[in-house]
Amino acid sequence: MSEQEKRVGVYVCHCGHNIAGTVDVEHVAEWSQHLPNVVISRDNKFMCASTGQEQIEEDIKEFGLTHVVVASCSPHMHEKTFRNACARAGMNPYLFEMANIREHASWVHPNDRDGATNKAKALVSAAVHRVIHHEPLEPMQVKIRPETLVVGGGIAGIQAALEIADAGYHVYLVEREPSIGGHMAMFDKTFPTLDCSACILTPKMFDAGAHPNITLLTYSEVEKVDGYVGNFTVRVRKRARMVDEDLCTGCGSCWDKCPIKVVDDVFEAGMGYRKAIYRPFPQAVPKYPVIDVENCTYFKTGKCRMCEKVCPTEAIRFDMEDQYVDLEVGNVILATGYKLFDCRRIPNYGYGRLENVFSSLEFERLTNAAGPTEGKVVLRDGETVPESVAIIHCVGSRDKNYNEHCSAICCMSSLKFAHLVMEKTGAQVYNFYIDMRPISKGYEEFYHRILSEGTTFIRGKVSEITDAAHAPDEEGKLIVVAEDTLIGKQRRVPVDMVILAAGLEPRADSQAVGYMFGVGCGDTGFFTERHPKLDPVATATEGVFIAGACQGAKDIPDSVAQGAAAAARVLGTISRREVALEPVRASIDESRCSGCRICNNMCPYNAIDFIEAEGVSRVNPALCKGCGTCVAACPSQVITGAHFTFDQLMAEIDGILVDVTGEMPLVTEVI
Amino acid sequence: MSEKPKLALYWASSCGGCEIAVLGLHEKILNVAEAFDIVFWPCVMDFKYADVEAMDDDSIDVCLFNGAIRNDENARLAHLLRRKSKVMVAFGSCASGGSMPGLANFTDRDAMFDWIYHKSPTTDNPDGIVPMKHTDVPEGDLELPGFWHTVKTLAQVVPVDYFLPGCPPEASSIEMAVNAILTGQLPPPGSVIGPDVTVCDECPREKHEKKIKRFYRPYEIIPDPDTCLLEQGLFCAGIATRSGCGARCPQVGMGCRGCYGPNEGVVDHGAKILTGIASVLDAQTPEEVDAILDTLPDPAGYFYRFHLPDSLLRRRARANGEKIVAPASEAAGEPA
Amino acid sequence: MSDNGTFEPVIVGFLCNWCSYRAADLAGTSRMGYPATLRDIRIMCTGRLDPTFVLRALQKGADAVLIMGCHPGQCHYQEGNYKAIRRFVLLRRTLRQMGIDDARVQLHWASAAEGVRFAQTVARVTEEIKALGPLDWPHNWPNEDPYALQEANS
Ligand SMILES: Cc1cc2nc3c(=O)[nH]c(=O)nc-3n(C[C@H](O)[C@H](O)[C@H](O)COP(=O)(O)OP(=O)(O)OC[C@H]3O[C@@H](n4cnc5c(N)ncnc54)[C@H](O)[C@@H]3O)c2cc1C
Ligand code: SF4
Ligand code: SF4
Ligand code: SF4
Ligand code: SF4
Ligand code: SF4
Ligand code: FES
Repeated sequence: MSEQEKRVGVYVCHCGHNIAGTVDVEHVAEWSQHLPNVVISRDNKFMCASTGQEQIEEDIKEFGLTHVVVASCSPHMHEKTFRNACARAGMNPYLFEMANIREHASWVHPNDRDGATNKAKALVSAAVHRVIHHEPLEPMQVKIRPETLVVGGGIAGIQAALEIADAGYHVYLVEREPSIGGHMAMFDKTFPTLDCSACILTPKMFDAGAHPNITLLTYSEVEKVDGYVGNFTVRVRKRARMVDEDLCTGCGSCWDKCPIKVVDDVFEAGMGYRKAIYRPFPQAVPKYPVIDVENCTYFKTGKCRMCEKVCPTEAIRFDMEDQYVDLEVGNVILATGYKLFDCRRIPNYGYGRLENVFSSLEFERLTNAAGPTEGKVVLRDGETVPESVAIIHCVGSRDKNYNEHCSAICCMSSLKFAHLVMEKTGAQVYNFYIDMRPISKGYEEFYHRILSEGTTFIRGKVSEITDAAHAPDEEGKLIVVAEDTLIGKQRRVPVDMVILAAGLEPRADSQAVGYMFGVGCGDTGFFTERHPKLDPVATATEGVFIAGACQGAKDIPDSVAQGAAAAARVLGTISRREVALEPVRASIDESRCSGCRICNNMCPYNAIDFIEAEGVSRVNPALCKGCGTCVAACPSQVITGAHFTFDQLMAEIDGILVDVTGEMPLVTEVI
Repeated sequence: MSEKPKLALYWASSCGGCEIAVLGLHEKILNVAEAFDIVFWPCVMDFKYADVEAMDDDSIDVCLFNGAIRNDENARLAHLLRRKSKVMVAFGSCASGGSMPGLANFTDRDAMFDWIYHKSPTTDNPDGIVPMKHTDVPEGDLELPGFWHTVKTLAQVVPVDYFLPGCPPEASSIEMAVNAILTGQLPPPGSVIGPDVTVCDECPREKHEKKIKRFYRPYEIIPDPDTCLLEQGLFCAGIATRSGCGARCPQVGMGCRGCYGPNEGVVDHGAKILTGIASVLDAQTPEEVDAILDTLPDPAGYFYRFHLPDSLLRRRARANGEKIVAPASEAAGEPA
Repeated sequence: MSDNGTFEPVIVGFLCNWCSYRAADLAGTSRMGYPATLRDIRIMCTGRLDPTFVLRALQKGADAVLIMGCHPGQCHYQEGNYKAIRRFVLLRRTLRQMGIDDARVQLHWASAAEGVRFAQTVARVTEEIKALGPLDWPHNWPNEDPYALQEANS
């Protein structure tokens, strides 16, 4: 198509008053008439409404439009809508371009009608100049392998794995710890129903372990990921358990007899012990133990081998080595969960220094019938029952110094703790909160229940927890110092025990794991979803989904919902057998590539190969995600980034800098 | 064609290397002399400007114009020869990109005159004499061509049909151009005559993925003879420079300086060298990047060695936001 | 330049699709006001920023260029912004030699959640450029060619 044959239609949206209230849309539409190649320019009350879309479709047919520009809201809002409208009229959807005159103009310059109008003109001009260079693009089709990898065997990962397995497709469930279950396995009761965590989780764990379509890879981690949606190859390192899973019956003789006791920092949150050969908890799936070689006497000194002696099935294998398993999968779900905020980071709360200050997970173990105290709520000494307990909300959350985000679950778990303390000890409970946020179904009701049970709620941020008594009744107690903002007074509340409702943080290795799978981390460090509202379980990388607390702090119901949602997305692509990929990708004109290899280490996805024999570089389009970094790097300018080409962007710059102050667009001449 | 085609050659602001390059065709120069009727070549034969002025418009078939445009005389001849010639060829890097004379665009006339006629350590000018556009002498008014602040390329002054880059163009490039002209197999007007790949393509050095921790000046290291120079920390513009020279400089261990100009489709040679060079830096933070770049003094001088006037910005900004005085306000006594 | 003679800079923005463009969207949905000086162009990642684009914008009359992307470590494509940093630092050194003040080409980060930061950055850069005055590159040098003027007049 020659330059003159290009026929552009421009549509300037009022968006009711949203745009027209600030931007002189009629003027913008009139002015745009004079931009190059524009054959029709209109304004319209609501472009995204069916009448607006139909207008585009009619004009394409009537005026033979070859390219379309809509000036309205953000492309993140309605680019798809208008692309579809163009496609319905038989135009390739990529011949469309959007100018964002709402979010980027009318809404942000409400008191500057001229400024906003001029900016709108510049943005429309940019879009028109750019769109002339658009070329038709076709999405790329790739085949989808039906197997799925789920990373992380917490409740979110288990749910996702079961959904997919039940639908008849194979799942590899990779879990770092010796057992699946995640944090939920540590709890005794779950809010708001207070049903027993084990009772609802264990059956799911068992199902996952026994499912014919699920291969459990516990005590394992993903080492390497290659490929792209539909065709990932994943290398998993199975750490040596030192126990032959084919022979072991999980009878327990080995850990009964093992002489080495180790503080269990993971499952018991440091509250209890395990042996050097251990299974984290009785309901563990799989049921086989592992030898912790760092603490096992045999591995340290070459002596002992007690477990080997007592094992009735001769399952102990001291010479076992790590194994590498290569998997081929079509999709990946990351469900790696969260890490608890380290309360030591707030020194004035005394955690780690004042012995009766507990973290929330420690308390979960304390109150767990299967925990170190068999569910008795007692002080660190193991016997004294507290008479008064303070529960501090928002520890490490909603605080610029630690985490700005709300951890979403601590209000509710603090209420749960208040109930459990009262039920088990009859102690006086004080909850220190900033705001109460019992937002989900049944949560507000639970809050009222706890209120009616007699817990004292104090609204105020705790400034300090100390053992320095100022009065006789504070002697030997922990004193919680806070400003009670409801009565506007500083308060000192002496208690026997303090529980810190620590926040949820991203896993320490979330950056590294994200990197491996091509998933970014936001400011908070949680994995970034493709769209925070409209696409919460997909990511920037096609075929990689996220579910549960790795995406952001959340409770069990939401984690389960996301696990199921991610599974549904995966099942969707499996049943289609193929996916269409965005054609926004790089390609190299090999006849003009000099083989300088500058681009070779630009690609974060290793999508660029150097073809030694031909002395040129080549992009694997399925691996390319279209970031354009190599495009900008090629000093020969022979890499084309589809839809963000050199010509398109240069034209956009020229267009955005036309003189917008007059009645006609004026191109800047360079002498 | 009964008559031989008419050829003109002219030398504006340049070093004369391009003239030598034409002579450097050796015995093939005779072919040129045989194939063309040379109507103007002041470097070699005695012609007067008036002779050219007397010619009919479009009567010269081909004009090979070398040199940048930096004063009124260069411009006068550019306009004159353009009028008289059917095909105008920007011959060599100066005419195409500004080249060495164009580096003056990092400064301006006043600053340059100040240095050359007053401040430079080798200047001996006790009376502080500066060339003037007009000088009164007993015999009358002596006039020098007006000297510009900004050096321009030929194409910035008159329309150019073909570009033949190189400092100077290689004999093979000249031959290719001459043959193309003689046989009429010319690319579309406005084209650069030459391949559209970069020097790396012709460079025999082995190329690997590139990551460097510092740059070296050529005298600081003896490079490995078989490996890409850039990988060894030696600045090389071959990544972004049109090939055609046979990778002359890298072949002898000296990084390309970019005389053949940008590749096809590129609008700013320096930007492409810059982006390529930035891509090989092994650094993450701005501080690390700065530390590496401290070993590359004068980056703009490297990136725009041959193409500053032909770049997007063309020259340095006017100082302190002051506009440079236009010579339109000509007054006697103003510097030439 | 506005009618009453006060200088309103024209700033060309290059915003990465995933963070800064969305930060600008968020500034919009949250109705945070900032000066109407920025004219933004969306690129998928700051890694796409060819230095040519910056030069073109300045050449065609922009008073400044504002490049914004995801915070280091948070690029949607993992490390595009690190590559942008390398090009930016080298470009800045080059532009200094062209007599262009550092303030005229700036690189900043704003995540999709940082509408406020985005709006503040635009406001701050606008103030800095107002203080510097227009760049007005298209009129950086006069046409010194007397013959071009003659031809134009004849
Ligand atoms: C004290 C406390 C009490 C709570 N009480 C409740 C409650 O009563 N009700 C409620 O609804 N919610 C409660 N929650 C929230 C609940 O813990 C979470 O919503 C839920 O556990 C999130 O599940 P998940 O699967 O996303 O993550 P996790 O439970 O953290 O599971 C993630 C799993 O992935 C594994 N993993 C991590 N990284 C890797 C890797 N790289 N490779 C392989 N495997 C990996 C981990 O080992 C873990 O097994 C509570 C939270 C806390 C802190
Ligand atoms: S004693 Fe043997 S069979 Fe029993 S749990 Fe230990 S390894 Fe397994
Ligand atoms: S555009 Fe280039 S660098 Fe970016 S993903 Fe594609 S091949 Fe890799
Ligand atoms: S940077 Fe460009 S010329 Fe160099 S190898 Fe890559 S594609 Fe080829
Ligand atoms: S030495 Fe220069 S021309 Fe040769 S391969 Fe390296 S960068 Fe290219
Ligand atoms: S290598 Fe570069 S500088 Fe040397 S002759 Fe060739 S193009 Fe010119
Ligand atoms: S996607 Fe934002 S900087 Fe790369």
